[in-house]
Amino acid sequence: MEEKNLSISRGLSSRRRAYDLGMRALLYSSALLVCALLVLLMGYILFKGIPHLSWQFLSSEESVIKGIEGILPALINTLYVVIATLIIVLPLGVGSAIYLTEYAANKKLVSAIEFATETLSGMPSIIFALVGVMVFCQFMSLGTSLLAGAFSLVMMTLPTIIRTTQESLKTVPQSYREGSLALGGGKWHMVRTVVLPSSVDGIVTGCILAVGRIVGESAVLMFTAGMGMRLAKYGDTPVEFFESLFDSSGATLTVALYNYAKERADFNSAFAVAVVLLVIAFLINIAAKLTGKKLKKR
Amino acid sequence: MCDSHTEKSVIRSEKLNLYYGENHALKDVSLDIPAHRISALIGPSGCGKSTFLKTLNRMNDLVPGVRIEGQVLYKGQDIYGKDVDVTGLRKEIGMVFQKANPFPMSIYDNIAYGPRTHGIRSRARLDEIVERSLRDAAIWDEVKDRLNKSALGLSGGQQQRICIARALAVEPQVLLMDESTSALDPISTSKIEELAMELKNRYTVIMVTHNMQQALRISDYTAFFLLGELVEFGDTQTIFSRPAHKRTEAYITGRFG
Repeated sequence: MEEKNLSISRGLSSRRRAYDLGMRALLYSSALLVCALLVLLMGYILFKGIPHLSWQFLSSEESVIKGIEGILPALINTLYVVIATLIIVLPLGVGSAIYLTEYAANKKLVSAIEFATETLSGMPSIIFALVGVMVFCQFMSLGTSLLAGAFSLVMMTLPTIIRTTQESLKTVPQSYREGSLALGGGKWHMVRTVVLPSSVDGIVTGCILAVGRIVGESAVLMFTAGMGMRLAKYGDTPVEFFESLFDSSGATLTVALYNYAKERADFNSAFAVAVVLLVIAFLINIAAKLTGKKLKKR
Repeated sequence: MCDSHTEKSVIRSEKLNLYYGENHALKDVSLDIPAHRISALIGPSGCGKSTFLKTLNRMNDLVPGVRIEGQVLYKGQDIYGKDVDVTGLRKEIGMVFQKANPFPMSIYDNIAYGPRTHGIRSRARLDEIVERSLRDAAIWDEVKDRLNKSALGLSGGQQQRICIARALAVEPQVLLMDESTSALDPISTSKIEELAMELKNRYTVIMVTHNMQQALRISDYTAFFLLGELVEFGDTQTIFSRPAHKRTEAYITGRFG
């Protein structure tokens, strides 16, 4: 018995064993290097940023006279841009994805559109910024405003939303659709009662990741939403509120970070904003994972 | 052509031709299906039996590039006519698929899906329909304590009976079964065969099967398809003991297929 085992281990020549060992060492060390880099990077940001984080920094508007640094306007602007973009992009994106996967009969057209959305979703965002400036800020005369920024982000995130929604619609087994139609359900009834409920986890996950992209975007917003670091005057009535969104320029967190680092060489504040962004990115990813899992279970 | 003519017919196809693009999948199929009987459609793979079955509730409409000529008359009305409401037709002619396809929802919601689709909202009504359908599909006793559990947690044979119950819940006149036992174990298969024999008292059952023994065991009439043509249709005992055509005999005795 022992001899047999021996002969098996001898089957692997010593050269091959050395090769195997070498490869393993290489793979381990590259994994280790990546982990180390990640830890160093996050550690550096946290180390530099946390000392300058304070409740006042998060909750107040900056004031030169009072000597206060604060990123409340940037937080609010970020929130506004995320909400405004989602309100527009979700119905558009999910709707067209449903049309493309469930209704469109011309397969050639569909694959052309799919190719286009794929290309668009890989496009550098600065191009969307340029188009946004031309179309929304100037042609539609929205000026440099949060609304123009949200519109530009709609353009940027639309291809991604369409693609992720399409991908999750395609995972719904054809047999569900047949089952529903064979019971006399109409097409929209089938989509609403069977297809959407069984793909909602993928759609929601896609949306949350789109929120991540919006929060992380800077180029588009720098061009279209501007660099205002002050609280917009949101007015007292809903109409005034909406109007102020048309003409107030506002920096989101990423743009504020650029402002601090590049325009004012205030690296302490820049790193503090970086910590805030890091935490937000972390929360968004956790949220995407949890909702995906929770909806899947149901 | 066959003695089914003495029976009351429910579906009749006349010179039915079906094309998938260039492929001529059904050729001049004329068939008279008797009411309250089990009719089996047999034939080798690709002979058109499933395609024929799916023309009866217009499920072929979903296939891109499909073209249909001829007529299918359901209770005398051409189902491919202009003013036909396809959803209404599919309510009358239910279908059970080859692979069990319960929706990813509770057992109750699966059965209530059809009635809800057709506008029944009253909880009491739905309760009643769900229980009746599950009893008719001989699965009530196995699932009555877990109606609110997901139907995907059931075994394959149970899932298939859930699908039959789901089809029965909209009170169809005709039940199409597309090789509905081919993915099941022998015990589940015999349960569903028994069920089909029960159901024929109230419904007309048309089943596609690859299993010759099954056709012989439970069907009253058998249609043999080959290369898109209907070779012969008649009383099952006659088809299996004294087939009129050489090719039928060759197939049922296992010489090809």
